[in-house]
Amino acid sequence: MDWIVAALIVLGTAFALIGSLGLLRMGDFYLRLHGPTKITTFGLGCLLLASVLHFASRGRFGLHEILVSLFLFITAPVSAHLLAKAALHLHLPSQASPPRRQGG
Amino acid sequence: MMQWAVIAGFAMLTLAFVLAFVRLLRGPHAPDRVLALDTLYVDTVALLILLGVHLDSSLYFEAALLIALVGFVSTVALSRYLLRGRLFD
Repeated sequence: MDWIVAALIVLGTAFALIGSLGLLRMGDFYLRLHGPTKITTFGLGCLLLASVLHFASRGRFGLHEILVSLFLFITAPVSAHLLAKAALHLHLPSQASPPRRQGG
Repeated sequence: MMQWAVIAGFAMLTLAFVLAFVRLLRGPHAPDRVLALDTLYVDTVALLILLGVHLDSSLYFEAALLIALVGFVSTVALSRYLLRGRLFD
């Protein structure tokens, strides 16, 4: 059981590192929005699963971890959507070419 | 085995904090800085969960839940301020 917990901890924190690296290295805001959402869903999902397994192997099964993961999974898309709306409202520059106008 | 995984996890999370903080300082526009703050609170939740596993205590999940709640509310408030120019209508 300890091997699985250790592997999940390393995987989750590696995803946190990769997401922060993406936040730092990507070109414009709309690309940068990808990294932190991966941290929230996959990195924290792995860490919370590791914590559930760790405490379950010691005979203490808690509901706190599931509560934290449920809350984060619900709120992460909402905050990302609001940030994207704010960026569109402020007309931030994007690397993507503007869409072609249909029907001339 | 477990000790090494926790130590590697703490090291990678610290590096993630540093990278997000560099984006917070550099960010050319305001939504970049808000996104960096969002990443910082998510990393804080991850750090607290890892600390709870390391110290074998389930007390830290309450703190993680509280920080997740306050961080979400602050992100929503900041992006709403950027969107509308004021917080309350």
